[in-house]
Amino acid sequence: MVLVFFAYFALASIAAGVMTVSLKNPVHCGLALLALLLHVSGLFIILNAEFLWAVQVIVYAGAILVLYLFVLMLMNLKTDDRYFHSSYLYFLVPAAIGSLYVLALLIRSPFGGAKGDAPAEAILRDGDTHAVGIKMFSEYLLQFEIVGVFLLGAVIGAIVLAKTPKPANKERKA
Amino acid sequence: MVPLSAYVAVSAVLFITGLLGVVIRRNFIIVLMSVEIMLNAANINLVAFSHYLESMAGQLVALFIIAIAAGEAAIGLAIIIVVFRGKISTNVDEMNLLKW
Repeated sequence: MVLVFFAYFALASIAAGVMTVSLKNPVHCGLALLALLLHVSGLFIILNAEFLWAVQVIVYAGAILVLYLFVLMLMNLKTDDRYFHSSYLYFLVPAAIGSLYVLALLIRSPFGGAKGDAPAEAILRDGDTHAVGIKMFSEYLLQFEIVGVFLLGAVIGAIVLAKTPKPANKERKA
Repeated sequence: MVPLSAYVAVSAVLFITGLLGVVIRRNFIIVLMSVEIMLNAANINLVAFSHYLESMAGQLVALFIIAIAAGEAAIGLAIIIVVFRGKISTNVDEMNLLKW
């Protein structure tokens, strides 16, 4: 059963990603990106990460994507016929060959490693949110604060960048 | 049980899709969306390893990545608005303000 859900979410997210890259109308690309984000959040559910699922749906699909669509509709872009870069065919063949090679390497490798301190039973007992919270506010507190400062800087930077410039009518009296 | 390499393969395919989008698209907003695809691919990888190696670190880093993606989207879209206000199109190969 898990396998069926995994196959659905994986194939749908890959299809949505390809549509995001290849569709012509930018608004359609944004909606395909929405489908991609929701299916990736389904993968998070399969992996017992329901807090990340909620964050993905709320922050990514709810806030970031709305920001993208807002700017798209604000600017009223007209799509020109040549929406790909002029020489993209030169990229496609090497990318396909390289990615097939990397895929073959990835599928063959066993990916072992030392196990950490959060087995699935412990996460399922208290819930993923509890586990994330305990870890984030003990070991990762410094990183959490750094991310907070980063977001503050991003907010201030976005406001400063997108502010309407003052009309430059004050000539300098020499 | 789904093997870990299946998640890694899905993440690799998504990452390459996003990389191709960054390289071949001309619209700057679509380029930023492709960057979001790549960040999501990295998130799948982190959460899958966090589950299979039984450690919470991957999920925390995935959370930080989501926060950074939000900041990146805000700054990138603000830059697009500034460029578009100067009546320059949003095609990446026609933007050369910083060239000298």
